[in-house]
Amino acid sequence: MTIDTQTVRKIAFLSHLKIEDDKIAETEQEFNKILDWVGQLNEVDTSDVRPLSAVNDTELVCRKDEVIEGNQADKILKNAPQEEYDYFVVPKVVE
Amino acid sequence: MILEGKTGKWEIICGLEIHCQIISKSKIFSTASAKFGADANQNVSFVDAGMPGMLPTLNEECVRQAVKTGLGLRAVINKYSEFSRKNYFYADLPQGYQITQFVHPIVGEGVVTIDLDDGSTKDIRIERLHIEQDAAKSIHDMSPNKSFIDLNRCGVGLMEIVTKPDFRSPEEAGAFLKKLRSIVRYLGTCDGNMNEGSMRCDASISIRPLGETELRPRAEIKNVNSVKFAMQAIEFEAKRQLEVYESGGQIEQETRQFDASTGTTKFMRKKEFANDYRYFPEPDLPPLVLSDEFIDEIKRNLPELPDAKKARFMETMGLTKYDATIICENKEVAEFFEKAAKGHDGKKVANWLMGDFFAMLNRKNLTIDNSPISAENLGKLVELIETNVISGKVAKDVFEIMAETGDNPEKIVEEKGLKQVTDTVAIEAIVDAVIANNPENVAAYRNGKVNLRGWFVGQVLKESKGKANPQIVNELLNKKL
Repeated sequence: MTIDTQTVRKIAFLSHLKIEDDKIAETEQEFNKILDWVGQLNEVDTSDVRPLSAVNDTELVCRKDEVIEGNQADKILKNAPQEEYDYFVVPKVVE
Repeated sequence: MILEGKTGKWEIICGLEIHCQIISKSKIFSTASAKFGADANQNVSFVDAGMPGMLPTLNEECVRQAVKTGLGLRAVINKYSEFSRKNYFYADLPQGYQITQFVHPIVGEGVVTIDLDDGSTKDIRIERLHIEQDAAKSIHDMSPNKSFIDLNRCGVGLMEIVTKPDFRSPEEAGAFLKKLRSIVRYLGTCDGNMNEGSMRCDASISIRPLGETELRPRAEIKNVNSVKFAMQAIEFEAKRQLEVYESGGQIEQETRQFDASTGTTKFMRKKEFANDYRYFPEPDLPPLVLSDEFIDEIKRNLPELPDAKKARFMETMGLTKYDATIICENKEVAEFFEKAAKGHDGKKVANWLMGDFFAMLNRKNLTIDNSPISAENLGKLVELIETNVISGKVAKDVFEIMAETGDNPEKIVEEKGLKQVTDTVAIEAIVDAVIANNPENVAAYRNGKVNLRGWFVGQVLKESKGKANPQIVNELLNKKL
């Protein structure tokens, strides 16, 4: 698998990352280096291996349905760039 | 529903995706309250706010509710399921991704039987049900150029239910939404209030010439938040597509928004690339493995569902399919009916319930939970008619008094002296008087004007203030006219 310039731009767009035009080529190279390195895994025969989605071989432990946290709007909003009436305020996001 | 186009007949292909907010005390991955209606940003934990280093912990109740709903949809429960991240940036999603289930959902294929207006039923296949977190609520009307974000809803548990493209008409989709709402309310897994957003629906619609087997590109209509709107949106969208095809155009896969004020759909965005969301396994949550004991326990405690209740009411309480369908749609109504009909004629109780009783609730703008007439008293009223203590006509008056005062019908009948007169001698006196006072009508009746018969009955009942037993009145008139 090889990443081309167009794919780099698309991933940057989806990730909300700003990559300057003069950095695109360099990023493209970095992506491909990483993919080549990970691509070594393709050399292993995995036809008998069950797909793995978590590296720890543990099961999920559930929590009881209890309300513990809350009533801390002041703390939640502490890092908000802008707030009003205890709401986060952001540029208008209507589609 | 078949669309009659200029080029021939077309059929509608529609599938639904329904988001149901799970009823639980706390959120699906955090211990903040899942309650609706708190002050802004008060029901929020650092997990919900997407603070770095915070880890999700799965709420066992949300898992139980999903399994319960899956059983209610007669679906396969997957003992192994996984969580995934669905990545996108939006102001209502502080984490930058939604924790959901992708490849391995908790519930697999199932089926829901819908009831159609013509009395027929149809099975709608369920594709899957998975659990995920809800996004925050954005408010756009507090400022012209800013949006206000409240994270209280962020992280509330959702069940996303996906159907196969089995709907062929707006009516079928409407019937499905009603049935699904009824099932989740019976189960107590979602309150099903579409107008409050705790049950939300998206519809995928395509059309094709009748007889064609391939599916054509579909439009996904977002946020049709009532049964009526869903039906309107499907009908409008199908007709729009028909017009596009018949004027030589093509439909491309796209997302559209339903506008409730005009009943139309408008373009939102094209599906440019299918894997926008870059799903990958959620690294913070290992796979979810359910035990047989856990599933069996839920199975054992499953309540009687609408279809089973309907069948039982038809078999053991003498209800017609139509009555049973209406009474069982709403759990509270079904329970009220069962209480009222205990020991009485089920069909007669159903008639009162669906006639005067519902009309009274509508008129007073009340729900069955705060009805002034209790189930027991409605049952007693029917019994008073059954045992000839009062006539059906007087019963209507007693019913109105019950609706005003909430009193027991026996007490009303006693106090107002409304007991039916079954004393033949007393009724005979009235019949004789009516005959004696109306010689012209008697002559006319005897000369063949038989439709005067009803007039005589009416006169006698009026004279008795509605208390004379109509059967005895009829017998006496037979004898004397």
